[in-house]
Amino acid sequence: MSSSPTRKQRQRPRRALWAVAGETLLEWIIRLSGISAIIFVLAIFVFVFREAAPVLTNEEFNLVEFFTSIAWYPTSAQNVRYGTLALIAGTFSVTALAMALAVPFGLGGAIYISEFCRPRTREVLKIVIELLAAVPSVVWGFIGLTVMSRLLVEYGGAPVGVNMLNGAIILALMAVPIIVSIGEDALKAVPDSFREAGIAMGASRWQLIYRVLLPAAKNGLLAAVLLGIGRAVGETMAVLMATGHAVQIPHGILDPIRTLTANVAAELGEAPAGSPHYRVLFMTGVLLFTITFVVNLTADFVIRGVKRK
Amino acid sequence: MVTNENSPDQARFTKTRFGRRTELTERIAKTVFFLMSVAMIVPLVAIISYLVIRAWPSLSLEFVLDVPRKGMTQGGIWPAFVGTVYLVFISLAVSAPIGVMAAVYLNEYAKDNWLNRTINLAVINLAGVPSIVHALFGLGAFVYAARFGYSILSASLTLAIMTLPVIIASTREALASVPMSFREACWNVGATRWQTIRSIVLPNSISGILTGVILQVSRAAGETAPIMFTGAVFFKSIERGDLFAYNLNEQCMALSMHLYTVTTQVPKVEESIPYATAVVLLGSVLVVNATAIAFRVWLRARKKW
Repeated sequence: MSSSPTRKQRQRPRRALWAVAGETLLEWIIRLSGISAIIFVLAIFVFVFREAAPVLTNEEFNLVEFFTSIAWYPTSAQNVRYGTLALIAGTFSVTALAMALAVPFGLGGAIYISEFCRPRTREVLKIVIELLAAVPSVVWGFIGLTVMSRLLVEYGGAPVGVNMLNGAIILALMAVPIIVSIGEDALKAVPDSFREAGIAMGASRWQLIYRVLLPAAKNGLLAAVLLGIGRAVGETMAVLMATGHAVQIPHGILDPIRTLTANVAAELGEAPAGSPHYRVLFMTGVLLFTITFVVNLTADFVIRGVKRK
Repeated sequence: MVTNENSPDQARFTKTRFGRRTELTERIAKTVFFLMSVAMIVPLVAIISYLVIRAWPSLSLEFVLDVPRKGMTQGGIWPAFVGTVYLVFISLAVSAPIGVMAAVYLNEYAKDNWLNRTINLAVINLAGVPSIVHALFGLGAFVYAARFGYSILSASLTLAIMTLPVIIASTREALASVPMSFREACWNVGATRWQTIRSIVLPNSISGILTGVILQVSRAAGETAPIMFTGAVFFKSIERGDLFAYNLNEQCMALSMHLYTVTTQVPKVEESIPYATAVVLLGSVLVVNATAIAFRVWLRARKKW
């Protein structure tokens, strides 16, 4: 779409000045909308950081402590502490557990949809996956709080139903659709000549998948997993309702935890605007933004590595 | 004794032990992958059925139209329902034009240079920003910096920015599916770039664009975190069945937020009410989504090129 539509501008019948001017104006508006995505991403960072920045000079706040301390006492009268290590540990442990559940199922689903099933079944499965992706996060949280917690107490022997495992199962259910759809794209992008060559060599379908398709699509599959991680790290309402709200480093999968996102959602309403507590929560936002930014950027580079090949 | 391995002609027609093993692996692999796919679908169906069964005592049209009563422990969800409708349509009014124009730029104007690669990266990242960070942004930018206060306007704008990537992605897909030859034909009769877009590209992709808009509606309706701190409120008293209850500059209730509230904040809610709220929210989102999917399937079936 880079070639110019007409070169011989002079031979065209003249158009009214306002039409030309209107078109130029409109094209500039379109260009502006085009770069709006950049503006919005920058604006998100700037405005979140602007609210967070004043706390950096506050003597109660210490950036090293922010990352390395597990003491999170934002409202304590004498001993205010802003350590997010337990929250970071909460986020990463629940994400890791969720991925341990979601990655095998997601990639398995992607392989089944792309390689094994008939076109009819494929259409149906893809629609179901799309609907699964559309379930709002607060509904997932509600499911975690009511259905899943009851199941965990009755059959899992958990003392409390809302815990890390609960959050991880919910997050896994939320991340699976992303992993399936992007993983399926990655498998579809492997040229059919690869498959034909494999079949001509007498490979069975499993051998073909294991020896040819998975190595060929590994970057795309890695990107699918990364985007799943991005979704799980950033998820708020579901983990807020399902993980049980204890600021602690988890020792087992049935321990209640609190994540970075859930912490902001739970405390922002009670933190008075402009207070150090409020600003530290914005600082957590900056941290979250940075984490997901890096994860998404990495995923994009991994995908583009595939395309260049 | 002559083994099969020694005569290739026979080996091709006789199943060796290796062949049987391969076949077994094949069958196991297929079954395992099939079960994995099923394992994703079964929970969805099971959970929805469970929610509907638990919600059944409250579920009726009356539940949607009625206002919450007795400190939200009884009654219906009308203020929340209508609030969600407001938020969705105002955010749509903002994000649809910007999103469609951004997609037009990316698909029709953009050359492959560093600026447009940066835009692509920005779109990807905008889609990946956690919803709670969007909430912080909305609070910092719209509520305080722009002085819109806690209002429907702030919440809708936050939602609009959050759902922008949905519209950009699906519109781009729709625009890209219009064959290049259509544009070339139009350029060759002397049309400018914009005239081509207006008369050829957009009419031929409008249905795909609409699908994207419908998906944006479903996404915006389900979001909770971004509106929680920018404009959604616990409780707001409005008339039963009143459609024009809210102003742009005041707060509103929202279905997603209401589900969170009745589940976690309000004690002694009548048991089936949270379930019914969840079913109404989930039902609306899934119906909207299914509409978009049906629309897309129908479109693909009658595609002319």
